[in-house]
Amino acid sequence: MTKQDVLEEINNIFIDVLDEETLAIKEETTAQDVEGWDSLTHIQLVVGIEKKFKIRFNSKEIQSWKNIGEMANSVLDKI
Amino acid sequence: MTSTKDFFQLKKNLKKDFSAFKNIKVALLADTASQFLGQAIRSVGFENALDLELWEADFNQIERQVFDSTSELYTFNADVIIVFQSSHKLLQKYNKLNSIEQSTLADQRLEDVKNIVNTLESNTKAKLIYYNYSEIDDAVFGNFANKVESSFLFQERKLNYALMTYAAEHPNFYLCDLSSVQNKIGRDKLFQASVYVNTEMVLSIDALPLTANKTVNLISAMNAKLKKCVILDLDNTTWGGIIGDDGVENIQIGSLGIGKAFTEFQHWVKKLKNRGIIVAVCSKNTESIAKVPFETHPDMVLKLDDISVFVANWENKADNIRYIQQVLNIGFDSMVFLDDNPFERNIVRDSLPEVLVPELPEDPADYLEYMYGLNLFETLAFSKEDAERTKLYQIEAKRKMMQKSVTNETDFLKNLEMVSEVNAFNTFNTPRIAQLSQRSNQFNLRTIRYTDLEIEKMSKSKEYFTFAFGLEDKFGDHGLICVIILKKESESTLFIDTWFMSCRVLKRGMEGFVLNTIASFAKENGYKQLKGEYIQTPKNEIVKNHYLDLGFDSKDKYWLLDLDNREEINTHIKLKK
Repeated sequence: MTKQDVLEEINNIFIDVLDEETLAIKEETTAQDVEGWDSLTHIQLVVGIEKKFKIRFNSKEIQSWKNIGEMANSVLDKI
Repeated sequence: MTSTKDFFQLKKNLKKDFSAFKNIKVALLADTASQFLGQAIRSVGFENALDLELWEADFNQIERQVFDSTSELYTFNADVIIVFQSSHKLLQKYNKLNSIEQSTLADQRLEDVKNIVNTLESNTKAKLIYYNYSEIDDAVFGNFANKVESSFLFQERKLNYALMTYAAEHPNFYLCDLSSVQNKIGRDKLFQASVYVNTEMVLSIDALPLTANKTVNLISAMNAKLKKCVILDLDNTTWGGIIGDDGVENIQIGSLGIGKAFTEFQHWVKKLKNRGIIVAVCSKNTESIAKVPFETHPDMVLKLDDISVFVANWENKADNIRYIQQVLNIGFDSMVFLDDNPFERNIVRDSLPEVLVPELPEDPADYLEYMYGLNLFETLAFSKEDAERTKLYQIEAKRKMMQKSVTNETDFLKNLEMVSEVNAFNTFNTPRIAQLSQRSNQFNLRTIRYTDLEIEKMSKSKEYFTFAFGLEDKFGDHGLICVIILKKESESTLFIDTWFMSCRVLKRGMEGFVLNTIASFAKENGYKQLKGEYIQTPKNEIVKNHYLDLGFDSKDKYWLLDLDNREEINTHIKLKK
């Protein structure tokens, strides 16, 4: 799976959790760029991604990502 | 009924239209973050046609909200208050205690709970739901924890047991069984450490739907959405095989084939029957053949005595269920139909959408666990009469036969030799009254529902006069079937706050007997008039003209009866001395 594939899957999860059909994320997207991405949304995104890729993040990782790109890198490390 | 959607699917309900549903105000107080739980509860409410209006306290505010009588909790004026104290927080508390204090953890927590409950009860009329404790084994003692009173596991189990004992004595306090949610899905799925560390939530996202379902099952039951009857298909549902083809020796039950699965299923149905669920049979069979296993097979757990209405013929099952509904006189929405055949299930679903038709698994070995998971038979009370309900309905079926043979209505009523026992509310009849109050939908003039506790209070108050009517006839005892609560409105007027009656005794002249009783009581005590009110609900159409038929005069939206100028109503019911 390429990074682009991972990003696409993550985008779908974002759309699902935020219920925002037109949402398009990029590697450099951060929480500030997306309306409604608060800490509660964050944990739902994390669990959604965990389920999708059948992986588990550790607590430190969950708090460490600065943008979507870093999130996707964590996924790529695990699959 | 338990929904199988996950949290993300459920959440989509939040944007849907709740306006057609019954609004219930629910306050959620938790010692950990509860936002997702709140969302899950509201979403599951949607699946159950309930508009649960959630108010959540900020986390860890339980005591402040409860003990400060000016708090937002009391301003919100909830119908239901949920208190969720987590085992996680309990463990944190335990960690700070010395070993002597640790041995009293359960006792201390129970005292805290009692304080919370007492305070809530004296300040609100809300019903209380308390989550019991999902076990955490901190593995400090290993298995030996079971022998050490100061171990956390020992205290936690003791606490869960003590909570049950307390709840059994405390009518307004209901436990939501979080511990059984953990038993079902496992600790590793109930709790996700990374979610906890990042959000202060002790329930994982995967645990939310089941926990919310458990909670909403209780709230539904509080709103009289109870299942009262289970209708069984026979071949391959109650036993394995086809009785008409295989013969009674070859059906699978007991030790034959996969008979174990059916035997255990029958034991479960029998337990339901013993707790007051009516069991009916609806089978495509020749009646005499279908009855043979019940009469002769030694391994049958269910006997004909257990079945209130037995229908076996070659007609359409939906029509047969309509017939069962007429005999039992209960709502379609209180019936559950179990059939292994998808075709029959769909016919019933299409023609009678209110009847609940579970999608039974293909393998009969899975029936029981599947039915456990659905949790269809939530209830709020349990009384002796529940256990005898089957007999009552069987007797009713016999009465219907006699009614057919006697053409004259008056003769029929005379022949019944009816007597009615009249009592004020007392400790013996209170549980049954509370239960009827929760359950009665059709013959219920105002549909104001009362709990055990409220009924006890009214029975002691000087402002209220209470009456509980029983009815017996030559076929048997109906038990307690009608309840009246009169409220002193002025020196001259008694208001009929509550009048509900079991539909089992319709068309017996019971209404007249009841009115005679309360009217003479009122007159003897110096009152001039009775005042009644009809509050319409989707289900109480049959009593729309109740007061008109009994000779009351309409005034504004009330009904008045002048006690000095009324004539006794003729009935064939005598007072039981």
